[in-house]
Amino acid sequence: MSHYESPIREPLVLGDKTYHDITEDIVKPIEGKANKNWYIAFYISLAAMLWGFGCIFYTVGTGIGVWGLNKNIGWAWDITNFVWWVGIGHAGTLISAVLLLFRQKWRMAINRSAEAMTIFAVFQAGLFPIIHMGRPWNAYWVLPLPNQFGSLWVNFNSPLLWDVFAISTYLSVSLVFWWTGLLPDFAMIRDRAVKPFQKKIYALLSFGWSGRAKDWQRFEEVSLVLAGLATPLVLSVHTIVSMDFATSINPGWHSTIFPPYFVAGAIFSGFAMVQTLLGIMRKVTNLEDYITRMHIEYMNIVIILTGGIVAVAYATEFFIAWYTGSPYENYTYLSVGAATGPYAWAFYSLLFFNILTPQLLWFKKIRRSFMWTFVISIAINIGMWFERFDIIAIVLSKGHLPSTWWRFEPTFVDVGIFIGTIGFFFVLFLLYARTFPVIAQAEVKTILKSSGEFYKKRSEQGIPTKPAIVLLNNDTMEINPDNNKKE
Amino acid sequence: MESSKVIHAFYNDDEILLDAVKAVKAEHHQIEEIFCPFPVHGLDKAMGLAPTRLAITAFFYGCTGLAFAIWMTNYMMIEDWPMDIGGKPSFSWIENMPAFVPIMFELTVFFAAHLMVITFYMRSRIWPFKEAENPDPRTTDDHFLMEIPVKDNVEELTALLTKTGAVEINVVDKH
Repeated sequence: MSHYESPIREPLVLGDKTYHDITEDIVKPIEGKANKNWYIAFYISLAAMLWGFGCIFYTVGTGIGVWGLNKNIGWAWDITNFVWWVGIGHAGTLISAVLLLFRQKWRMAINRSAEAMTIFAVFQAGLFPIIHMGRPWNAYWVLPLPNQFGSLWVNFNSPLLWDVFAISTYLSVSLVFWWTGLLPDFAMIRDRAVKPFQKKIYALLSFGWSGRAKDWQRFEEVSLVLAGLATPLVLSVHTIVSMDFATSINPGWHSTIFPPYFVAGAIFSGFAMVQTLLGIMRKVTNLEDYITRMHIEYMNIVIILTGGIVAVAYATEFFIAWYTGSPYENYTYLSVGAATGPYAWAFYSLLFFNILTPQLLWFKKIRRSFMWTFVISIAINIGMWFERFDIIAIVLSKGHLPSTWWRFEPTFVDVGIFIGTIGFFFVLFLLYARTFPVIAQAEVKTILKSSGEFYKKRSEQGIPTKPAIVLLNNDTMEINPDNNKKE
Repeated sequence: MESSKVIHAFYNDDEILLDAVKAVKAEHHQIEEIFCPFPVHGLDKAMGLAPTRLAITAFFYGCTGLAFAIWMTNYMMIEDWPMDIGGKPSFSWIENMPAFVPIMFELTVFFAAHLMVITFYMRSRIWPFKEAENPDPRTTDDHFLMEIPVKDNVEELTALLTKTGAVEINVVDKH
């Protein structure tokens, strides 16, 4: 078996690590105690989450009238936040599925957390359409269930129903993909747990994973097929989300470039959120040897690419709106009308955060800097939120009839629910970071010899990765004594 | 009860393990099981395990999902309760089909992914509340465990396994 990898490639695992060191490094945050910063972050997130839940109860109890919606702008922050959260989710599946198909080894350090982010983000996304129903206890009506309303079925012609199917398939498949990958890592924690309660919990979570050769063979096949299924799935999800707009006949929404451009935007914002989360997590959990500068740089390169696609899409939208010469097109979200109208601040925020700021990543120094990456990732998160806000609020604020022109002002409830979902997201992520193996340790162990710094250096010197055999009676076979890493 | 005895040979390196498997196989000993902390590429071939057919099941599950989606959209939208929605053809499934493509796609993926994973869990006997069966906790950390049934060849096997680089060899009663 060859563990050779070209020396041009930078190592993915830094330092002098054995398989056991990887185990130790990854369970440390779980077996150790949380520090003060974790508690501060957790309580702030919890407070935000509870505030958001309060606003949700107020909305459900009183009615959707407590939001800033009006008869012209019938959905605004709710759908903005929905699309924003779904978009953020996309990076997780991209990293775990698409990069698996492309055999990108660097995905292994970040796929677990990126997928966790996906699942938690899709939870937040799902909340908004359900609350917007006004009577969330009837949410099951979106499913094609036999019923007593005169056999009234759901409308399969509607993109909103496609969304129901796309999002629920996406959430459930991502969850299963994530959990299947977690089984061997839960088993590892289970087998070294000392406290009986902890052992019980992880035994339950690991589904009794034993790591037989046949299990691993199936595990790898299942991962590959799931990746093959999840890749078109993730592209379909945001395509269908974009069809919520693109299949309507509103100027500014009725646009054939929406599906590819929404997918690129989703990956763009998702990677930005991964950068935000991992930038902090690698420090807090002392996993700097696994989530390295190179991982950050690779993700920044994906951000430049997808950000570039988004920029070209903006330019196209702007040009086409102008080129039609139609007065109705002159108030789409990317048009002269938008740039000079009452929403100009939102228009320029979009350009600044989403188009200008990411261009800094062309500089190698900046895209390899943790600090800059963090700042730019926050900017992109804001920019992508503005993109959805602009598409929805600006387009709806001026329709075909000038007498219906109206603007959207969010109420404290709109703001509260949005902040609440951010809190909820971070509550879930912080709990995850304390209880789950945040790096797919079994997978990282498979690349240690080919991509670990220690083994790569030795390979360059011509020392094979296979250690010398030490006989049980302490009589070392003199094949290549230098191979034994630790005496 | 000689036949219920097994040898547990521990290895601490994947490459040494792979060579050991080949050596044990070359001596025509039966390898009952190998427990690994992570997948070792080429191990299934070296052990002589048959390839898994899970991908094939996924294909058929996907076909089932597609067929289900076609049946469901046809029954609900065309047969049971046709409705005029924006003038879309409610009388013919094939003419209304473009609007059902997203549903057909999603259900294909849904069926293929979930049923394949359930099949995997059933075949590998993993589910909630299942007790783990790896004989030693080190096999989920950094040790590989090769289980070989013994008849009356303990010394011979021990010598062979020692030579291949086992770091610990135990003879244990199974069950």
